[in-house]
Amino acid sequence: MNALEVEGLVKRFGGLAALDGASFAVPAGSITGLIGPNGAGKSTAFATIAGFHRPDAGHVRLFGREVTGESPWALHAAGLARTFQIPRLFARLTVRENLMVAARDQAGERLPAPWFARARIAREEAALAARADAVLARLNLARHADAPASALSGGQKKLVELGRALMSGARVILLDEPAAGVNRTLLREIAATIARLNREEGITFLVIEHDLDLVAELCTPVHCMAEGRVIASGRMEEVRADPMVAEAYLGMAIEPA
Amino acid sequence: MIEFLNFYLIPGLVLGSIYALAAAGLSLVYGVMRFAHFAHGELMTWGAYAALLAVGALGISPWLALPVAVLATIPVALAADRAFYAPLRRSAPAVLLISSFGVALMIRALVYLIWGPTPESYARGFTPPLLLGEIRIQQRHLVILGGALLVALAVHLLLSRSRAGRAMRAMADDPDLARITGVPVAGVIRLTWAVSAALAAIAGVFLAVDTELTPLLGFNVLLAAFAAAILGGIGRPWGAALGGLILGVAEELSSYPWIGNAPLLDPSYKTAVAFAVLILVLVVRPQGLFRGMG
Ligand SMILES: Nc1ncnc2c1ncn2[C@@H]1O[C@H](COP(=O)(O)OP(=O)(O)OP(=O)(O)O)[C@@H](O)[C@H]1O
Ligand SMILES: [Mg+2]
Repeated sequence: MNALEVEGLVKRFGGLAALDGASFAVPAGSITGLIGPNGAGKSTAFATIAGFHRPDAGHVRLFGREVTGESPWALHAAGLARTFQIPRLFARLTVRENLMVAARDQAGERLPAPWFARARIAREEAALAARADAVLARLNLARHADAPASALSGGQKKLVELGRALMSGARVILLDEPAAGVNRTLLREIAATIARLNREEGITFLVIEHDLDLVAELCTPVHCMAEGRVIASGRMEEVRADPMVAEAYLGMAIEPA
Repeated sequence: MIEFLNFYLIPGLVLGSIYALAAAGLSLVYGVMRFAHFAHGELMTWGAYAALLAVGALGISPWLALPVAVLATIPVALAADRAFYAPLRRSAPAVLLISSFGVALMIRALVYLIWGPTPESYARGFTPPLLLGEIRIQQRHLVILGGALLVALAVHLLLSRSRAGRAMRAMADDPDLARITGVPVAGVIRLTWAVSAALAAIAGVFLAVDTELTPLLGFNVLLAAFAAAILGGIGRPWGAALGGLILGVAEELSSYPWIGNAPLLDPSYKTAVAFAVLILVLVVRPQGLFRGMG
């Protein structure tokens, strides 16, 4: 069973085909890697999968269901969350609130709570805050829980994005360069957190990452993109050994398939 | 000094609290939906007349009629949103502004139709002012000041402590991000209208108690409320409330005989003061007075 299937995805920006027939699969329960040189189309693939871009051609399937062209919020509700390469947070909300907002199915979010539901909502709210605090502690952000998100450094904002995806209850999480701008020690913890969530809660991850050692450690399978297409797939050692991949990373032209 | 307090400062604070409630409602809608809601004044008028109906039918005081005013005004705001604003949600703010102007005219026409153009009042008997030493304060002024404070506190708690408030602030911060992170946008918008309409209705009743009911009741203070909202940094309900208080006090104090025995400014120019202050702020601090205060 595949959590995600991408088939012949095409996305053009003017004359440039950022995605030019990309196909790959993300097996359910896997941590799949997506690598490739700058401008290969990785982030565009994320945006198209998550419904931010309407593809010019091709299909996206989520657990076997055709979701091509669905809205980002419909996909979010269906259990697909993503992070952004350039972090996007609610600047004026606190870090804790940024996480709490992303939790789903909150009674009392639509209308003021009726009095008889007050106690239950207060309990849920406390539980939610505790969950957010646990996630923040794991991401080394506990000290900043009450700071406005705008006060964080770039690396910390990436971590909050990751935290928000974790809070959403999503079954499939797309992470766009989670390691960029994050220091080495914390990086180990993030990798451990992703692996643990994958193992214990069965969350499927698709990770874009330029740190190939991290990818090697965390991800199987790995897909390598170049010029809008997937040029190699498999275990990291196999992908790394592929001459096409080496060529792509040197910035050389790829032979037509 | 006592005269200053009794005849200038207290009325200024009263007017200021009414502006504050009106401006907070405007600011809330602006924050969440990013448009200047011109029909806010008519929502105030509608609420005030709804209270008049309850006062007439049940013989209760206008204070007790407040819930009626609120309950009668919320559906009007929700209906206007459903019929006119929701279909235009993705259009330019100017389009929404103009359509809210249309809604304002519709509500106003309805008020003329139902209650006619002659001024009315919640005929109350004469109540003597309270005396605290030399300070004289009208009972209705005391209720307005206390009521406005309570309402402001309630809105503050809603925004800062509740889930709904958190979702509203998230929408105000980044509506697209809110939508894609699964905030129930439609529900939050309805709630925002409900709170804004409630604030308008309460402000309308307070204003009508302090003056008299006319079909232009709310419209006459709408521009001052906008000025207050801008003063406070548009989209920040607390700033708007403070802005309203400042404008109300500034208006009343402008006719105090600061120099010599004549009023500094002829009282008939009072309402212009709000705009003088507004222009000053726009020139000196276009981001509003309270940036960074949330
Ligand atoms: N919104 C857009 N409008 C126009 N062109 C775009 C847009 N988004 C991406 N592109 C182009 O599409 C190509 C692929 O970009 P994309 O961001 O997907 O690359 P990437 O693989 O994520 O690279 P990086 O590793 O540097 O993040 C680039 O040439 C980029 O300029
Ligand atoms: Mg990218």
